[in-house]
Amino acid sequence: MRYINRGVPKVDYKALVTGKGVYVNDLAPSGCLVVKVLRSPHAHALIEDINLNRAKAVPGIEAIFTYKDCPDKRFTLAGQTYPEPSPYDRLILDKRVRFVGDPVAIVAGENEEAVKKALKLIKVKYEVLEPVLDFHQAKDNTILIHPEDNWKSLFPVGADNQRNLCAHEECEEGDVEAVLASCDYIVDEVYHTKANQQAMMETFRAYSYKDTYGRLNIVSSTQVPFHVRRILATALDIPKSKVRVIKPRIGGGFGAKQTAVMEMYPAFVTWMTGKPAKMIFTREESMIASSPRHEMEVHVRIGANKEGIIKAIDVYTLSNTGAFGEHGPTTVGLSGHKSIPLYGKAEAFRFVYDVVYTNTMSAGAYRGYGATQGCFAVESAVTELAEKMGMDPVKLREMNLLKEGQIMPAYYNEINNSCALDRCLAKAKEMIGWEEKYPAKDCGNGKVRGIGVAMTMQGSGISALDTASVSIKVNDDGFYTLMVGATDMGTGCDTILSQIAAECLDCSMDEIVVHGVDTDVSPYDCGSYASSTTYVTGMAVVKTCEILREKISAKGAKYLGCDAEDVEFDGEKVTNLKTGESISRAEIGNNVMCNNEDALSASEAFSSPISPPPFMVGMAEVEVDKETGEVELMDYVAVVDCGTLVNPNLARVQAEGGIAQGIGMALYEDVVYNEKGKNYSNSFMQYKIPTRLDVGNIRVDFESSYEPTGPFGAKSIGEIVINTPSPAIANAVSNAVGVRIRELPITAEKVFWGIQEKSK
Amino acid sequence: MLTIQNYVKAKTLEEAYELNQARNSRVMGGMMWLRLGNANVKTMIDLSGLGLDQIEETDHVIKIGAMCTLRQLEQSEEIKAYCGDALAEAVRHIVGVQFRNQATVGGSIYGRYGFSDVLTCLLAMDTFVELYDGGTVRLREFIERKKDKDILLSIIIRKNPRKVRYLSVRRTKTDFPVLTCAVVTGEVHGKECWYFSIGARPMHAALIEKEWRISAETTKEQLEAYAKEVADGFRYGSNMRASSRYRKHLAQVLVMRAMESIITEGR
Amino acid sequence: MEIQFRLNGKQVAAEVAGDSILLDVLRKLGCVSVKCGCETTNCGLCTVWINNKTRLSCSVLAAGVDGQEVTTLEGLQEEAAEFGRFLAEEGAEQCGFCSPGFIMSVLAMVRELDNPTIGEMKEYLAGNLCRCTGYMGQLRAIQKYMKAKRMQFQAAGEEVQA
Repeated sequence: MRYINRGVPKVDYKALVTGKGVYVNDLAPSGCLVVKVLRSPHAHALIEDINLNRAKAVPGIEAIFTYKDCPDKRFTLAGQTYPEPSPYDRLILDKRVRFVGDPVAIVAGENEEAVKKALKLIKVKYEVLEPVLDFHQAKDNTILIHPEDNWKSLFPVGADNQRNLCAHEECEEGDVEAVLASCDYIVDEVYHTKANQQAMMETFRAYSYKDTYGRLNIVSSTQVPFHVRRILATALDIPKSKVRVIKPRIGGGFGAKQTAVMEMYPAFVTWMTGKPAKMIFTREESMIASSPRHEMEVHVRIGANKEGIIKAIDVYTLSNTGAFGEHGPTTVGLSGHKSIPLYGKAEAFRFVYDVVYTNTMSAGAYRGYGATQGCFAVESAVTELAEKMGMDPVKLREMNLLKEGQIMPAYYNEINNSCALDRCLAKAKEMIGWEEKYPAKDCGNGKVRGIGVAMTMQGSGISALDTASVSIKVNDDGFYTLMVGATDMGTGCDTILSQIAAECLDCSMDEIVVHGVDTDVSPYDCGSYASSTTYVTGMAVVKTCEILREKISAKGAKYLGCDAEDVEFDGEKVTNLKTGESISRAEIGNNVMCNNEDALSASEAFSSPISPPPFMVGMAEVEVDKETGEVELMDYVAVVDCGTLVNPNLARVQAEGGIAQGIGMALYEDVVYNEKGKNYSNSFMQYKIPTRLDVGNIRVDFESSYEPTGPFGAKSIGEIVINTPSPAIANAVSNAVGVRIRELPITAEKVFWGIQEKSK
Repeated sequence: MLTIQNYVKAKTLEEAYELNQARNSRVMGGMMWLRLGNANVKTMIDLSGLGLDQIEETDHVIKIGAMCTLRQLEQSEEIKAYCGDALAEAVRHIVGVQFRNQATVGGSIYGRYGFSDVLTCLLAMDTFVELYDGGTVRLREFIERKKDKDILLSIIIRKNPRKVRYLSVRRTKTDFPVLTCAVVTGEVHGKECWYFSIGARPMHAALIEKEWRISAETTKEQLEAYAKEVADGFRYGSNMRASSRYRKHLAQVLVMRAMESIITEGR
Repeated sequence: MEIQFRLNGKQVAAEVAGDSILLDVLRKLGCVSVKCGCETTNCGLCTVWINNKTRLSCSVLAAGVDGQEVTTLEGLQEEAAEFGRFLAEEGAEQCGFCSPGFIMSVLAMVRELDNPTIGEMKEYLAGNLCRCTGYMGQLRAIQKYMKAKRMQFQAAGEEVQA
């Protein structure tokens, strides 16, 4: 193999490391109208009156729009395949504002100063309503967040706007209550994970203009260009044929940009004024009005017999979707469906959830997508179970973990085709020195070192739904153009898909030009989310290459004047096996540009009936200061089974980066609101993502299984990597000082009070 | 939002002072904090051309120009020779090198910020501020004064033999502190004196002085009683970084650690 | 007001207001490598050099750089490409949005610190946030880059001796 399992540098690296202008704000033409929005100071209110007179008089102001100017048809900003599970609960601007920061007016002007000035001069009279801020109080509250008649749910997800309910579901296999009643050990605890910001370095941003044909063109930092096309057409109530979306390089996404958070504002301005418009979210806007992780409270009941066999798992998740339902009905499912299946000997499981609206910023998709929250809860509970039994938590896992070939009842009865979870656990144990270090070691200086473990799984794309298509053209001199609709967001999928193509076509990567994404040009791809790109789009590349090879062979045979059955294409040339005569790919490429009636290109689509899970084990070693409760992460070890590694370097960095984000979630990151619903975590000054001094040492290794349905045996890696730090670190803290933290983040103060409580 | 009509790089101190007397004039330090606030400034006065960016040492004092950056403080050999790593420790956690290449000592002190590590540390030392109009005043007096239109020229540390320790607790390594603590000790008029400065409570640093005789023979119980007495002597508040109760506890722990460290060094 | 300063070795002039921020002025002058990531001096993406010291261009008044020397990644293209190759060999440029500010700090660090320890490197670069990589790959790249530089230096020294 020439390109699979090789750490080739990314195809776009030179431009990135030399600081070339390849991002949205670098590409936007000068002369774009500057677009900003006026935001609500109230968590819940009705707009009684808006006076724009003074604002409109500011020199340089082009237009100001309010809810009166916007279509009254609801939609969702969730970048999901139509019909979206997320409810249609939004308008571009609404008379009702539902969180502090909800847009009230769109202002467009010639320059930033004018727009800022106009924003200050808009006078809004609100009827301030009581908000619902506590998500425990939301369901069936008399205060309704979406009382409107034209709210609708396109999908049977158990949503009911008259109950503040965005989704509800129950599923059970076996008799959970009966099995739990028969267990010798039971853990029954509630775990709470907070909203977290993806905090990609490039904030949300887009610019728009009308093209020669009067169509709306939008260049956006998005993970989901095709969904953005549909969302904008729906929001603006215009035909989809009128919208074109282009994705240049983007400065990180992590799921944040799987929601079309702000494209509609410049798009609306351009559509209404005919003028180019640009909107760059400030970091503050990206922190207060974006698409963070759903806050969840997960109630776990888990039981085992005295031998240590886990017999039943019962999970109830309450999820806070905030003011709007983006990704609300879907993220929650992963909190159970990707945590429960890891324990392959359970006889019964139940998983019930409610997703509720509150007057906080709308949640969205963030790497891990609910699996992260469920992992914290279930993996903490499993370790608590081990503690109750007086058993090593690694041993308990070794006894119960899911094996290759097993059916996973809690994972839609999929068969576990490829699984090296047992090897991951064994290797992680060895790497961190579990046997020597478990459970803890007193350093003698007031500090104790403890060690903790967690396992996790994710998926590879959304089964029977995600669709990726790819086109490859042969050009003059035989070079290839690989057209993809998958969105490289820095993760390197342009490179990985090129590697797969080069492998399949037996050529050098230099001979492949990759192009993505322009909805007018690129073949359809639902986008880069749900850990889908390598697996789903990768398979589309494999299929396309197979067909293209046949076509090249056929063309070669034609030019050689022989039957297609008699030739072989080795990547460089088509050879007549009978005569030895051959024609090069370059010649074929040139020939098809003359007197030719069938284009030498191929385009295939792929969708998978299953979503094979990658697996991972994480182990943390922490040092806890017994006097202050401070937790220092010393070492983090992770072993990942993502199937075949297409690009080991990129896979490693995915893992290290995901773990660092998980460490942030575990120890530092928290979206904090005051009692009126104002978001305090509105900057990098107040919302602390880890620096390089805060992540300890992260060590990653791989144990590969072979996934028969994936490209060259590959599964996914993008999301799974964020899941283990929270439970592994919580478990390590518990081993160090006997304090169990069930609400993230694990701050020094919480640990300190836990120590105090214990010593009473 | 900060708006500035005119930027003036002052050519003399006198010019800077005169310009600053207007109500909507401001003197800029590193612009780190000023920029984040809301202000309409008519004249922004830049002192960077006035040679206030030097650290000078004499037999008796170390004089730190107001425009010295925190990075200069961190790297100064003169300061290190006098008080070891304490002052460097007080600044090295502040955001990052490029931030500290810009943030000024004058800005940190003039602002009397609650979160200020630098203020906490300097306050416990024998420190004065030199003002253009108001002469030289003790730092502890200066920070209790209302902000006025005078110009801070330098920070003066008297080089009396002192042992200095600085400790802080932070949620991430470069975050604002949850609590800051400086402990300084030395002979004052023949008596052993201890100075305890606690900041980020979250109010700005304040100082407690004690005439305590502490030696290697002092029992741990006695030291703990001292640390508690010091911690009890301050007021604390709660914010999103910590509760007042936890801060008070941290104060006691850090004071104890600093005292123990000084004793261990052997005096 | 008009200011004049040296930008990447060339004398330039710009018309700026009293509150113009250096970051914006540099981008207007074509130095689009300079990025804004936070607006609160926390992220390090806007790092440039003023008189060869790293600074946050988001909080520098443009008026203040009159007569000074400003360097952005546009002025260090060869070095950026050289170090960038090491970064890419680890896959650690990822989205690339923080790369310019980060590389400005790395190139300042190799000038300022002699044989830094890992701890010293981490501390020197702590003001440069990255959300993609988890920082480990960046550190590997720096270590390999510095090793390669030392070897180049030694080889050059031996050549001179020979």
